[in-house]
Amino acid sequence: MSEPLLRVKDLTKNFKVGGGFLSRNAALVHAVDNVSFDIQPGETLGLVGESGSGKSTTGRCILRLIEPTGGEVWFEGRNVAELSAAAFRSLSRDMQIIFQDPFASLNPRMTVGAIIGEALTIHGLASSKQAYADRVAQLLETVGLQPDHMRRYPHEFSGGQRQRIGIARALAVEPKLIVCDEPVSALDVSIQAQVINLLEDLQAKFGLTYLFIAHDLSVVEHISRRVAVMYLGRIVEIASAHDLYARPLHPYTEALLSAVPVTDPKARRKRIVLQGEVPSPINPPSGCHFHTRCPIRKLPLCSTEVPRLKETASGHYVACHLRS
Amino acid sequence: MVEPQRAARQFSPWLDAWRRFRRHRLAVASAVILVAMILSILFAPLLWKVAINDIDFTARMQTPSWQHPFGTDDLGQDLLARMLYGGRISLAVGLSAMVVALTVGTIIGAVAGMSRRWVGPALMWLTDLFLSLPALPLLLLVIYLFRDALKAAFGPEGGVFVMIVVVIGGLRWMPVARLVRAQFLSLREKEFVEAARALGASKVRQVVRHILPNALGPVIVAATIDVAAAIIAESTLSFLGLGFPPDIPTWGRILYDAKDYLDIAPHWALFPGAAIFLTVLSINFIGDGLRDALDPRRVM
Amino acid sequence: MAEPLLEIRGLKTHFATEDGIVQAVDGVDISIARGETLGVVGESGCGKTVTALSVLKLIAMPPGRIVAGQILYQGRDLAPLSTAEMDRIRAKDIAMVFQEPMTSLNPVYTIGEQIAEVLRRHEGLSRKAALERTIEMLRLVQIPNPDKRVHDYPHQFSGGMRQRVMIAMALSCSPKLLIADEPTTALDVTIQAQILELLQEMKSRFGMAIMLITHAMGVVAETAQRVVVMYAGKVIEEAPVEALFADPKHPYTQGLIRSIPRIDTAATRKARLEAIPGVVPSLLKPPPGCRFAARCKHAMPRCRDAVPPLLEVGGGHKVACVLYQPEMAA
Repeated sequence: MSEPLLRVKDLTKNFKVGGGFLSRNAALVHAVDNVSFDIQPGETLGLVGESGSGKSTTGRCILRLIEPTGGEVWFEGRNVAELSAAAFRSLSRDMQIIFQDPFASLNPRMTVGAIIGEALTIHGLASSKQAYADRVAQLLETVGLQPDHMRRYPHEFSGGQRQRIGIARALAVEPKLIVCDEPVSALDVSIQAQVINLLEDLQAKFGLTYLFIAHDLSVVEHISRRVAVMYLGRIVEIASAHDLYARPLHPYTEALLSAVPVTDPKARRKRIVLQGEVPSPINPPSGCHFHTRCPIRKLPLCSTEVPRLKETASGHYVACHLRS
Repeated sequence: MVEPQRAARQFSPWLDAWRRFRRHRLAVASAVILVAMILSILFAPLLWKVAINDIDFTARMQTPSWQHPFGTDDLGQDLLARMLYGGRISLAVGLSAMVVALTVGTIIGAVAGMSRRWVGPALMWLTDLFLSLPALPLLLLVIYLFRDALKAAFGPEGGVFVMIVVVIGGLRWMPVARLVRAQFLSLREKEFVEAARALGASKVRQVVRHILPNALGPVIVAATIDVAAAIIAESTLSFLGLGFPPDIPTWGRILYDAKDYLDIAPHWALFPGAAIFLTVLSINFIGDGLRDALDPRRVM
Repeated sequence: MAEPLLEIRGLKTHFATEDGIVQAVDGVDISIARGETLGVVGESGCGKTVTALSVLKLIAMPPGRIVAGQILYQGRDLAPLSTAEMDRIRAKDIAMVFQEPMTSLNPVYTIGEQIAEVLRRHEGLSRKAALERTIEMLRLVQIPNPDKRVHDYPHQFSGGMRQRVMIAMALSCSPKLLIADEPTTALDVTIQAQILELLQEMKSRFGMAIMLITHAMGVVAETAQRVVVMYAGKVIEEAPVEALFADPKHPYTQGLIRSIPRIDTAATRKARLEAIPGVVPSLLKPPPGCRFAARCKHAMPRCRDAVPPLLEVGGGHKVACVLYQPEMAA
């Protein structure tokens, strides 16, 4: 197997909450807890989980938009955490991000052209004003908008169009990896399909690699080749999209899959409805985080020992004492 | 392929704000009045060439007439000329003090807002300290200590001007700093700023290109109120006899001189009082209009 | 056929904005029978929320206005009623659950006080009786330790729990109709499953009708008995739920269903999603004729002449599309 484009090893991020300027007792939010995975060049890895799972934080730690507390991120064999400021700057040409909220992710006081072309200015990628305008026009067309849109302001566009502008902005540096942080969650269903198709087309055209973060399992399964499921900061299962649906091993994955509503009234199947609420990441349950809601848990094992990700079938990893 | 919804309207956010401001009738009327006052203060002396200190004991405390449209004071000096001259000073003081307060406040607020460790809380502690200082005694202290030094450096008028501007502006930067810091704290977490960081933008670029333009709304509103407050502060100082030297006819000074003659020559106090009142009122209404026009909730 | 519980006829709700009049709901007919779950489906801007708010007259009356139509609840028209008369109907006959449980609950009162307020106002219960009923309701919606939690504030509950509190509040006076406006959109998928199951349980216990408004076709497929599809302020299709998904007739409904990735088939059959091109038209100056024509691949010149009426094509299935109305003159 070829060298992975991105390798994440034991990535950890803790946030301090509470505690003012001089106080000492701040609580710790264990947002990301020893997360590890690889992404091969050209593939799409889906990262799925509910709120509090740490998936968005993971994405941002990879780009160092948030500084990780521990662990390593290797991009093309280089350790991202150890790069100097200048080297890290050039890394932003290789890794980019698309945000969830099409309204908050574009500066309302900049024209669309300025938003998309900012990367060209920062990295000196356009040799002249004309080259700059040409490149911005080209990017607009790539994402399905018109070149003369570059003189307009974000508030004149719909949600789906703004998301396209965000994609064009990310493409401006010709990145290799794009972290897509819930890129379609805030869009209407029919627009979601447009943007998903666009992302797939761009991947084929430019050979992009995606880390696709979302909470919507159907979308993730559709666009990803492999999927990782996160619960309360930890990865509980990684498998190919097909295997994850056909043979989910972790009880949380099973419950998640069965909770997704299917557009087929005849398929009103018996759901696995999980009891209880998602625990707080400030005080996560001991041992396996999921044991408080798990339908198959076996005490005291599950509440004392943290299960590690183990390979059970080819390419299928699960973190469960009872299923691996 | 796909057309934006409102193709007819291609206004930038600033033009949009201007449209909203125009709908605020009171603010527009006040703006007109204020502009008229400023223009007359700047250009009327070219037409009305009466000197401000032409003493004429024969024309003492006259009520308004054709020769002296605003009447005269107890030395027979023409009040209109004095008012025009004083207006220049009052406005200059107001604007300069506002600039000082805005600059100091924005810098401190921006640094505090962008810092993530101890610098922010430390600066805010400093701000709180300044806020708790009693303004008037401090003013008196500074004037007492530095009046002569500044007069030596900048000349009698210039020295007092600098001192007053620094003192008034130096005591009004705190609310601006707080406001700017609050804006920065909320804006720096916005996704478009994160996007700029992801693109490789330096901190300076993030602040100047992304955060500041979006933070300016409330700051502009605060600035207009600052001008009004500065004019009142200067008038108060002059009224107390602490501001400009007695021969400089700022509006506050004219009020000071007129206060003992209210029953004999009410017109003497009426004009400067009305001028101060009108200026401050229009500035406040303009501030109201600006606040609605630049309401950040709408733009974001 | 029994008289419907709620019948909306020709409802038009317009909003006056600085850019002109937005015709948010433009001639909508919806009826709900007793004890029925009706799904109202559509994307943002289609008017489904405004329709629901119009039923309970919760629209701010300037700038909004119910320009035309009748809202017949048990045969009585609600549209011309005064606020006082509407107050008697709200909560007691028709109750509503909103999307954002965070902002629907008042943060400075305990949830017990908020639910009790409804009971004391509409059922005239004493303070003590209201508290007891409140605890009972909380137990019904499966909030653990209800006698203790009744004294907690909204911020002490999670999103799913708050939504349960909202449901408890809505059901406290045993209404005959519950309007649920995107009740699970802001919730995680596993919590959504819990809430939907809770709604079904409550429905069978209280025998009430539910008007479930959502943009998620999957939720509608799993919970509704009949479905109404809205687009740009109008109803464009109405059918029993199986018929709608087995044989969607309107091109918009077809496009909508085909653009959703299916979890059971997504991973095995990686077909490209069929996206509906274009965007929803502006409701300021809606196009003449069928509002979907600009995005429809079957569009004909006839489509732009007049708005096609909602006509039945058999089995309770109604469509507003010229494809099914050959008798219409060109």
